[in-house]
Amino acid sequence: MTGSAMTQDRAGNAGAGGPDAAVKKAPLPRRRSARRTALIMLLGRFSYLIMILAVVSVLVALLVNFLPGDPAHVVLGPDATPDQIATLRAQLHLDQGFVPRYWNWLVRAFHGDLGSSLRTGEPVVSAIKQRIPVSVELMILGQLVAIVFAVLSACYSAVKVRRWQDRALSTLSFGMISAPSFVVAVVLVYLFAVNLKWFPATGFEPLSSGLGPNLHSLVLPVVAMSAEVAAVYQRLLRADMVRTLREDFITAAVAKGMTPANIVFRQALRPSSFSLVTLVGINTARLIGGLVVIEQVFGLPGMGRLLIDSVSNRDYVVVQGVVIVIATAYVVINVLIDLVYVVLDPRVRSVHE
Amino acid sequence: MSESLSSAFSTHRGRPVRSLSNPRGVLTFWLPAFWLVVVVLTAVIAPILPMETDPDYSSIASAPSTGHLLGTDSIGRDNLSRLILGGRSSLFVAFCAVLFGMSIGVGLGLTAGYFRGKVDLVISAVVDVVLAFPGLVLIMVLVAIRGASTTTIVVGLTVAVTPTFTRIARANTLSFAQRGFVTAARVQGARSTRILFREVLPNVLPTVQAYAFVVAAVAMVAQGSLSFIGLGVPPPTPSWGGMVAEGLPLLAPHPTVALIPAGILFLTVLSFNLVGDSLRTGSGK
Repeated sequence: MTGSAMTQDRAGNAGAGGPDAAVKKAPLPRRRSARRTALIMLLGRFSYLIMILAVVSVLVALLVNFLPGDPAHVVLGPDATPDQIATLRAQLHLDQGFVPRYWNWLVRAFHGDLGSSLRTGEPVVSAIKQRIPVSVELMILGQLVAIVFAVLSACYSAVKVRRWQDRALSTLSFGMISAPSFVVAVVLVYLFAVNLKWFPATGFEPLSSGLGPNLHSLVLPVVAMSAEVAAVYQRLLRADMVRTLREDFITAAVAKGMTPANIVFRQALRPSSFSLVTLVGINTARLIGGLVVIEQVFGLPGMGRLLIDSVSNRDYVVVQGVVIVIATAYVVINVLIDLVYVVLDPRVRSVHE
Repeated sequence: MSESLSSAFSTHRGRPVRSLSNPRGVLTFWLPAFWLVVVVLTAVIAPILPMETDPDYSSIASAPSTGHLLGTDSIGRDNLSRLILGGRSSLFVAFCAVLFGMSIGVGLGLTAGYFRGKVDLVISAVVDVVLAFPGLVLIMVLVAIRGASTTTIVVGLTVAVTPTFTRIARANTLSFAQRGFVTAARVQGARSTRILFREVLPNVLPTVQAYAFVVAAVAMVAQGSLSFIGLGVPPPTPSWGGMVAEGLPLLAPHPTVALIPAGILFLTVLSFNLVGDSLRTGSGK
């Protein structure tokens, strides 16, 4: 399989590499090892992501062990009857040791049972199912807005490198990185909800009441959430783009008379965006943190709010459930990002063909 | 976050960035450094300042006036006094977290980078797992277990910032451990502890210290976010994030109650980032 990919690649390489035989031959051994390394790196990433999930699941399942004193007492308070305590101990499987409790928790988790809320008795899975669409929508829109902003501003910056436009955008993104998401949110609410009254300050319109009202209620949260991440992306992509624009094939494109927009978007963007793609995966963690804060500011019924409420109520079963779902989401997103990387970078892709 | 900042103002040429005659240096280093000094100084001398901690019921959510220089909040407490006290608690938490995180992180990083092998593998794996997990969620879980207190938040923030220091210390140790002066010390029969503390540590520390400011900015943001969602330092101790949250419902009639602490927090985080960035790029590291 690798062999056929190699010959294909050799042919392609000859076409692109020009008539010089030495140039044509020299890079081949290096490229093969680069591909192997890419495959090993990918496998390494997968096993590392699985490891994260394993560690988080152990910690989460044993959460109640870290409680000071008897967890049943802590949860129920001082007025609990022995009967209530016995029931809760059974419900939390406190009568079992570490290993059987973790095993039980794992088996039930795989069957879609994350226990029930200690406060309301509602199954955790159904609470999460209710909340998750809001958070997923916020996440997707947040990443989209961040990426679109980053691509447009980074390309513009890179074309105008070291001119005032570039410096202004760099200053702006430095400011955006330093602004906590709730500070951005408060300023946005003050400007666009209180003064201009363009958008609501709080509240959420579900998708069922139409895409327009739904998006309208999410404009401010999404902008507030993505500001910091957008700046991080902008900075990285600008640096990579500036480097790409110094390459020979760009000089060739300029010589052919291609327009700057054409060069940037058709030729330079793809080779410049590899590190950005990795960063999108890494920043998922930061966006999840932002999600918690933003859902609180704008009163959105998502996973972040569920986490805040369960933490303040010390509802450990819900905390466990939300944390394991967040960790799983993080891992799944990063696996997807790795696949995007494969699509984007032909050197990695050829291994899979 | 720290890696991505490094490219920000790395385009300086000619005069050193940290020179008072360089207008750019004034803007990106001296002005933010001055702001940090003011904030830290007021926080330190807060106990001897004339504080108004009791609510003034005659002026509730008032605009800035001579009696209350920055106005009052929803129950008539003086905003300036609360800002200073809030800065005191916020800076204390961030300072502790950075100090502990740096000490533990440098220790782990030196060990991993110098001894390599299995030790390195284990430390790096733990660091990767912690870095991958959203820091805010991690601290929230701790709060769920231990309840919101200054200790819990310092512990949580320390756990969240330690991996960054470990990574930087490890990377620097790796490069210094290969250098001639380390080999020379080893050949002379110096023990590992001596080499680590006398030869490697002094070389690793400057880079790590420059990062401390950027990490302090991250800690301030995390700490502010926690207070904002009501899981930070418990009231009545004021905190900047908590003040923004309290001012949010009053945004229409009295915008200053939320916007002033928000602005102060932003300026402080920005200053930490700018100073940290100048220290890193300006000194040629």
